Amino acid sequence: MSANSIIKANNKSLAIKLVVVVAAGLAFGFALAPLYDVVCKAIGINGKADITATDISKGITVDKSRVVTILFTGQTMPGLDWSFDSNQSSMQVHPGEITLTSYTARNDGDKPIVGTAVPSVVPEVAALHFKKIECFCFSNQTLQPGEVKDMPIRYYISPDLPKSINTVTLSYAFYKVDDKDAENN
Amino acid sequence: MSTTTATHHDDHEDHGHPTGVMRWVASTNHKDIGTMYLWFSLFMFFFAGALALGIRAELFQPGLQFIEPENFNKLTTLHGLIMIFGAIMPAFVGFANWMIPLMIGTSDLAFPRLNNMSFWLMIPAAILLMASIFVPGGAVAGGWTMYPPLSVQNPSMGVDMTILALHILGISSIVGSINIITTILNMRAPGMSLMKMPLFVWTWLITAFLLIASMPVLAGALTMLLTDRHFGTTFFDAAGGGDPVLFQHVFWFFGHPEVYIMILPAFGLISTIIPTFARKPLFGYASMVYATSAIALLSFVVWAHHMFTTGMPVAGQLFFMYSTMLISVPTGVKVFNWIATMWKGSLTFETPMLFSVAVVLLFTIGGFSGLVLAIVPVDIQLQDTYYVVAHFHYVLFSGAAMAIMGAVYYWIPKWTGFMYDESLGKTHFWLTTIAFNITFFPMHFTGLAGMPRRIPDYALQFAEFNMISSIGAFALGVSQLLFLYIVVKTIRGGKLAGDNPWETVEGLEWTVPSPAPFHTFETPPTVK
Ligand code: HEM
Ligand SMILES: [Cu+2]
Repeated sequence: MSANSIIKANNKSLAIKLVVVVAAGLAFGFALAPLYDVVCKAIGINGKADITATDISKGITVDKSRVVTILFTGQTMPGLDWSFDSNQSSMQVHPGEITLTSYTARNDGDKPIVGTAVPSVVPEVAALHFKKIECFCFSNQTLQPGEVKDMPIRYYISPDLPKSINTVTLSYAFYKVDDKDAENN
Repeated sequence: MSTTTATHHDDHEDHGHPTGVMRWVASTNHKDIGTMYLWFSLFMFFFAGALALGIRAELFQPGLQFIEPENFNKLTTLHGLIMIFGAIMPAFVGFANWMIPLMIGTSDLAFPRLNNMSFWLMIPAAILLMASIFVPGGAVAGGWTMYPPLSVQNPSMGVDMTILALHILGISSIVGSINIITTILNMRAPGMSLMKMPLFVWTWLITAFLLIASMPVLAGALTMLLTDRHFGTTFFDAAGGGDPVLFQHVFWFFGHPEVYIMILPAFGLISTIIPTFARKPLFGYASMVYATSAIALLSFVVWAHHMFTTGMPVAGQLFFMYSTMLISVPTGVKVFNWIATMWKGSLTFETPMLFSVAVVLLFTIGGFSGLVLAIVPVDIQLQDTYYVVAHFHYVLFSGAAMAIMGAVYYWIPKWTGFMYDESLGKTHFWLTTIAFNITFFPMHFTGLAGMPRRIPDYALQFAEFNMISSIGAFALGVSQLLFLYIVVKTIRGGKLAGDNPWETVEGLEWTVPSPAPFHTFETPPTVK
């Protein structure tokens, strides 16, 4: 082989290695999406609250020595013609105490609409400690035109909520479920 | 041509070169492609600069004057995108094309035809970006960072054109970087060990690695944006279980390395220029190499300093705050080395040196405002104010852009064979530096006082400073026409430069004639 073609072969093999780096970068970019969810869930850092019921068969100890203020807010997102708000804007609870509260939603449109509520918790680290036993956010909600519906939540604050947190806000964003998504469910 | 000694050449680029348009369209010559990159960059610089003058015209006085709010947002967005991807990055690639083969003593880049492709990909991308202004719905308006939900909800085709353009530019950068890395690692002249390479080559080697590692991540973010827009995925849509903050993470994982992509080659340029005019070798060459590598590595672990207000946990804020501050250590090493190079040197201040000294000074101001922004409680106040705008213009205009201008003056004798007009060059330097500071220094104050960025109107209390900024901006814009004039004038003729117009400098690029002939280093030189 001439010197020239040796260089060419070297260049080619190096370029191929670099393409592998590029492919790894691309894969990493996409992997960030699932990774992000997994990491945030595991350490509870982005305020994403559970949308599955917590199992309480083992029993919980109530911590009477602490009182935590819970604030409730709710909003509808563009495209969903509903009125939606909490029935109680705040509550005082002991950690571990199972409590019931509710929201009210009314369909202001003239068609039946399916909506889905996405909860989030502030401060973010409290998300892991906000345990829901029963919630309208566990499934899609359908409202007939003009229908008013009371939507309950049964929850407790886990006793290992960090001591520094005295107030927790639970907020719901209600979205319209697209017809095509509704069929899939 | 000097092919008489070579046995045979199997590449068609050695069989005489086409003339006229085909010389450029089909060019595989690193010098021609470098020239095209530089002209492209200058054109885009003026285009994006004109958009900026639109912004400053609107902000000259409080109230809404000339531009509808949503068009104002299109101006800021396109100004940013085009300056970054159309002006600064291509200018550096232009320098890489022209100078790296000359500096390491090889005849061309490793893959000349891919090099041609890298350049010509930029043209459709640029057209897409510029044409997006004219489609129904208009250009992207949500900022150059294209955060969802705005970028998902905006139905304009302009957003899709921009995403496509950025994909194309990304491919161009990645292919270009592979080419540059291969050239540097495999094709150096005998005797040129890695630690003998000129610093500009080093900074580009590291930049190219940053590019191939970070550009694909941007491609991922853009693709997810595109599928969210059109194919019903919900990566960034909370209604479907996604999260808009995810986009910010992915974007800034690319975005912070990207800002170093825009400054490391500039560090290389001024590390080349300062020793020439201080008539001393660069102080601390090895520490420069290590500092550059350290900056590059650290740049991958600081991204969330752009996201302090997204509500991240305190541990995260602390981590990103300290890691960001850590970057100023290697950056400080560099600034120290530049000053030590000048220390007790026989300094003269020709135009390239003036630009380089100004870069050292003004970039450092930008580094300091960056440090201020890295302090979480302060950043929560300053995020999205004009203070941030001041910060990144001190690092990008008086860092990257002015280093590029200085380097054009430095090498234009080699490119054209003629000296530029020194007194015009100095005039351009002073106009630029003074106008730049009039434009951007007051933004520190308006930002500290709370003026938000990306808003076409503002409270009366900011009126004076904004008027000063706008006057400075128009002066800055007009001064750059002088730059264009000087470049054109130099190309057309002038005092003959000779092979080594700066006399005292070493380096292979000064051993070839001026203007550098079409083919150089067909037989590699030997470096002692
Ligand atoms: C010591 C070095 C630096 C530090 C500590 C630093 C720190 C920061 C911080 C904390 C922010 C976020 C501000 C906010 O949005 O609230 C920021 C923004 C920014 N920085 Fe720097 N920076 C440094 C150097 C650079 C360099 C060298 C460049 C580019 C060449 C750069 C370009 C930018 C840009 C473009 C933004 C704004 C992005 C946007 O929101 O549009 N920075 N910097
Ligand atoms: Cu950054």
